[in-house]
Amino acid sequence: MIRFALTVAAFLVALPAWAEVKIQEVTSPGGIKAWLVEEHSIPFTALELGFRGGNSLDAPGKRGATYLMTALLEEGSAELDSRGFARALEGLAASFSYSSNDDSVDISARFLTENRDEAVALLHQSIHAPRFDQDAVDRVRAQVLSGLASDAKDPRDIAGNAFSAMAFGTHPYGSDGKGTIDSVTALTRDDMLAAHKAVFARDRLYVSAVGDITPEELGKLLDTLLGDLPATGAPLPPKADVTISGGVTVIDFDTPQSVAVFGQKGIDRDDKDFFAAYVVNQILGAGGFESRLMNEVREKRGLTYGVYSYLAPKDLASVYMGSVSSGNATVAEAVQVIKDEWAKMAQDGVTEKELADAKTYLTGAYPLRFDSNGDIAEILLGMQMQNLPIDYIATRNDMVNAVTLDEANRVARELLDPANLHFVVVGRPDGLTSTASN
Amino acid sequence: MKRVLTPLVALTLMFAAPVRANEAVTTFTLDNGMMVVVVEDHRAPVVQQMVWYRAGSADEPVGESGVAHFLEHLLFKGTDTLKPGEFSATVAANGGEDNAFTSYDYTAYFQRVAADRLGLMMKMESDRMVNLRLSEQDIVTERNVILEERNQRTDNNPRALFGEQVSAAQFLNHRYGTPVIGWRHEMEELSLADALDFYRTYYAPNNAILVVSGDVQPDAVKTLAEEYYGKIPANPDLPQRYRTQEPPQTAARRLTYRDARVAQPYISRSYLAPERNSGDQKEAAALSLLAELLGGGTTSFLTEKLQFDTQTAVYSGAFYNGTTLDKTTFDLVVVPAPGVTLQQAEEAMDKAIADFMQKGVDAEMLDRIKMQLRASQVYERDNVSSIGNRYGRALAVGLTVEDVQAWPDVLQSITAEDIMKAAQDVFRDESSVTGWLMRDGEVTQ
Repeated sequence: MIRFALTVAAFLVALPAWAEVKIQEVTSPGGIKAWLVEEHSIPFTALELGFRGGNSLDAPGKRGATYLMTALLEEGSAELDSRGFARALEGLAASFSYSSNDDSVDISARFLTENRDEAVALLHQSIHAPRFDQDAVDRVRAQVLSGLASDAKDPRDIAGNAFSAMAFGTHPYGSDGKGTIDSVTALTRDDMLAAHKAVFARDRLYVSAVGDITPEELGKLLDTLLGDLPATGAPLPPKADVTISGGVTVIDFDTPQSVAVFGQKGIDRDDKDFFAAYVVNQILGAGGFESRLMNEVREKRGLTYGVYSYLAPKDLASVYMGSVSSGNATVAEAVQVIKDEWAKMAQDGVTEKELADAKTYLTGAYPLRFDSNGDIAEILLGMQMQNLPIDYIATRNDMVNAVTLDEANRVARELLDPANLHFVVVGRPDGLTSTASN
Repeated sequence: MKRVLTPLVALTLMFAAPVRANEAVTTFTLDNGMMVVVVEDHRAPVVQQMVWYRAGSADEPVGESGVAHFLEHLLFKGTDTLKPGEFSATVAANGGEDNAFTSYDYTAYFQRVAADRLGLMMKMESDRMVNLRLSEQDIVTERNVILEERNQRTDNNPRALFGEQVSAAQFLNHRYGTPVIGWRHEMEELSLADALDFYRTYYAPNNAILVVSGDVQPDAVKTLAEEYYGKIPANPDLPQRYRTQEPPQTAARRLTYRDARVAQPYISRSYLAPERNSGDQKEAAALSLLAELLGGGTTSFLTEKLQFDTQTAVYSGAFYNGTTLDKTTFDLVVVPAPGVTLQQAEEAMDKAIADFMQKGVDAEMLDRIKMQLRASQVYERDNVSSIGNRYGRALAVGLTVEDVQAWPDVLQSITAEDIMKAAQDVFRDESSVTGWLMRDGEVTQ
C-alpha cells in the first residue's frame, strides 16, 4: 500500500473535576494499532509494548526460557555485542527495559525527540535480531542462577513458590517463571531462538505511547519497529484450575520472623462482580492504614509492620492473595486474626460507612495515577491487555460508585471462602503446624 | 552525651525574593524560618506536599537509636484535634495517599492528593508539627510495630545484617555507624519521653522545609503556607547540628559475617568519602562520575574487567551518594561467579582498581555519561515529585537552593583529571572496610 492510511479516533475522557486524558487510537499504514496520548511539553516519548503469553509460553522442559531470552535482548543484536549495544544506548541517552511475567513480555522504552529515529532503530534490532551469543547466554544464565539460589533462601520467595505450586499444580502458573536450577542450567542457544519465535508476533501485540509524538509520526514508527513481526506465535496455554483448599502449611526455615503468604480462589477481571469485589478487598486488606486487616493486626495489636490482601486476576486464572510477616512467637496470633477477619467479612459484610469511605478513596486516588507520561503509557498498555474499552478511564469511577451495599455484601459472601483460605508460613512459628490435608 | 544548645539561633527573618530556575522552581522562606520550595507542573491537577525535618537518626541522643524513626511512626497518632489514625483516614477520604520516611539526616512526611486539597493537607501537617498527643498505649503497640519492621528489613535478611556490621566498622565515632531503624536492644527501651524529647527539640518551622510539587501557583502556596505554617513560632532553642565527627582513620578494617541463610556470598569494600558541601561540590561531583565509570553498568570498568575480560563475577558495582550532612562512603560490591572464592574476587577487584588508576578515564565513556546526565534533566521533568525530593533532601543536609541548581553544571565541568584526583584521595586503605558475606560453616580460604 502506497497511500499513507492512518486512522485516528479520538476519545475525550473527562474525569470529574480532574485531568483529561485524551487517548487516540492510532492505526499505522501497515495496520498496527496503538493508543496514544500526545504531550508535547517535554521532548521525549514513553513507548510501551506488550506481548501476551509471557513466561507461560515456555515449552515443556524449558522452564525459564522466556525469562532468560527476555533478559538477553539487551545483550547484543545485529552487529553489536553486549557492550556495543549498551554503548549505543548510552550515547542516545535512551532507556529500554525488557521484562517478562506470567502473562506477558513487556518492553518499556524512553527516548528523546532529538534522536528518536536512531533510538527506534536500536530498539528494532534488539527485538528482531538478538544475537544470543553463547558468552552472553552463559553470563546472564549465571546471574539468573545466582538469583534462584538467593530465592531458595528468601522466606518470602519460598512461601510464594510453595503457594503457587499448591494452587496451580503442573500448569505454568504453578512454578517460578525464572525456572529451576536444573532447567536453566540445561537451556541452550537454540532454546533462546525458539522462545524468541514463540513470543514475538503480531497476534499478541499491544502498544501504547505517551509524549512528544504525533499520530502520523507514531504510525510510521509502528511500521518501522514492528511491521516485520511474524503474524502468529506459539499458542497460549490453557486456563488453569485453582486447586488449593484451606489449611496451614509450615515450611521450616531458621529465621526470627515468619513470613506468611495466604490465598484462595479469586475473581476474574471481566466478572460482572469484579468492582464489588475490588471495593470489598479495599475495605478488608488493600486500604493502607484504613483496612480492617491493618487495623486489627498492626494498629490494635502491633503484630506486624504490614499486612495486605489483593485480588490477582491473571489471564489464565484468578486468585485472591495476601501476606503478613510477624515474629515467630506472634505469627500464630496474626494468622488467627486474619482468619477471623476473613470469616467476619464473609458473614457480616461491610458497613455503609466503610463502603462510602472506600468509594471516596478509590475514586479520588484513581486520577493521581495519571500524572506522568511514563505512568500513563503503562496504564494504557494494561488497559488494552485487560481488554478494557478506550473510554474506560471516564467510566471507571462510575462503576466503583455503582456498587451498592447489598451487592458488596453478596459478593463478600460469595467470594470470601474462609474454609478454603490457605496459609503458607515460612519460619519457626510457635504454635503452628501443617494441617493434615496438604 | 548532651547536645550543645545555642541560646538563640539566627534565623532568616526576611521573605526572600522568589528564585526561579529553568525547572519551574520557586523558593522562599517564611518569617519563622521555614523554607519553601514550589515545583510547578500543570499537566495534571495533582499536588504532592512534603515536609522535611532536618533531624534524622544521626541526630539522636546516644542510647536511643531508632527514636527518630519511632517518632515518625508516632506522628500518625493523634493531636489535640485529630484522633489516632484520623490523619491518614482524612487523606484517604480525600482520595489521597500519605506516608513518611526517616534517614540518617532527615525525616520527611508526604501526601499526594488533588491539587484543591492542598490547604487541608497543610492544616493537618502543620497541626502535627507542634500538637502531637501520645499515650502510653500508643508507645507499646507502635514499638512492637517498629520491632517487627526491624525483623522484616534487617533480622530476616542476612545482607542487611552484614551491611549493619560494615557501617558500624566504617564509622568509628559518627552516628552513621548506627542503623536508622535502631539497634534492637535500644529500640526495646524507647519510651514516650524519648519520643517527645526528640519531637520538642527538632519539630519546628525553623527546622523544616516545605516542598510542594504539582499543579500549584507559587503565590497561592505562599498564601496557604503563611496561613498554616507561618503562625507557628520558631523554636529559639533549636540546637546546632553538632555531631561527633570521625577521627583520622588509620587502620584498614576487615570483617566476615556468616549466616546459614546466605545463598550468594559476596564482598563489599567501602571507603570513607567526602560529601557535597555548600559552595564546594566539585569533589563530590567527581566521585559521582567515578562511581558511574567504575561500576555504573554494562560498559563500566569493573564490569568489563570482572564480567567480560574474565568471568570472575556475576555482578559488580560502585556506588556513591554525596547528599549527606557529614562524611559518607564510596562503595564497591563484587558478587563472585560460581567456583570463584571471595579471596580471588577481592584480588581481582583490587587488580581492576589498580588498572583503572593506571589507565585513567575513558574519554568517550565520560562524554556518554555527561550526555545521559543532560538528558536526565529532560526525563526528570516527567516526574516533578522527584525534583521536589532532590531539593528537599539537599536542603535538609545543609545545601542551598543555589547548590542544587548549580549541581548539573558542576557535574558537566568535571574533567578526567578531577576524577582521577578524587579517586586517588578516596582509595585509602586506612579508611576502608572490606567485608565478606559468607555461608555459615564455609571455610575462609
